Amino acid sequence: MKPNDVILKSVTRVAAVIISTFSIYLFMNGHHHPGGGFIGGLSTASAIVLLYLSFGIEKVRENIRVDFKKLAAIGVLIALVTGMAGVVFGKPFLSQAFGYYDLPIFGNTELASALIFDTGVALAVIGTAVNIILSISEDR
Amino acid sequence: MIFETVLITALCILLLAILANLYRVVKGPSSADRVIALDSVGINLIASIAVFSVLLHTHAFFDLILLIGILSFIGTIAFARFIERGVVIERKR
Repeated sequence: MKPNDVILKSVTRVAAVIISTFSIYLFMNGHHHPGGGFIGGLSTASAIVLLYLSFGIEKVRENIRVDFKKLAAIGVLIALVTGMAGVVFGKPFLSQAFGYYDLPIFGNTELASALIFDTGVALAVIGTAVNIILSISEDR
Repeated sequence: MIFETVLITALCILLLAILANLYRVVKGPSSADRVIALDSVGINLIASIAVFSVLLHTHAFFDLILLIGILSFIGTIAFARFIERGVVIERKR
């Protein structure tokens, strides 16, 4: 008998968007306030896990064509390259820089190189968390 | 002064509610009781964080409220699916 989970699927369609927006907010908030790459990646991973829970593995794999093992590796690589960039300019490993620039639409904006490092951390966390949960759920 | 007293009293009552829920988590006769009790622990945690941030005059914990809500929702769904069908994530075989 096919189970009837129309409420779960309808809620997931709305809630996954809200959770993804919230995770981007946490990711961007992390430079001066609580948040950052790790918790942003974890909440993105929770949105993806919610999609897996309500729609099943095959349907999500058709629509999100991302290999999460490669995603974790790419994230670690981005973080490592950002750390090595300080060494190129003669500073210690993982040293960061920031500056204020006049962008066309946003006006005077602070740009920091820590954001690129945080992107790497977030990608590594997404890949690792989704991979762990998919591996645990494969019980056969 | 009396406002802070009211808030601390509310925190103590929420602590008692969490302890009662933990008793149900340990004791609960069926798995469904334990799942409902864990969900209720999450809701009580959200309420106590809200009272705490009113007490401390800060809004640094508001993100945490939303995050605990999301995680408790997903955890409850996963447990309910495990009780109903025996697997957490479905796959066609």
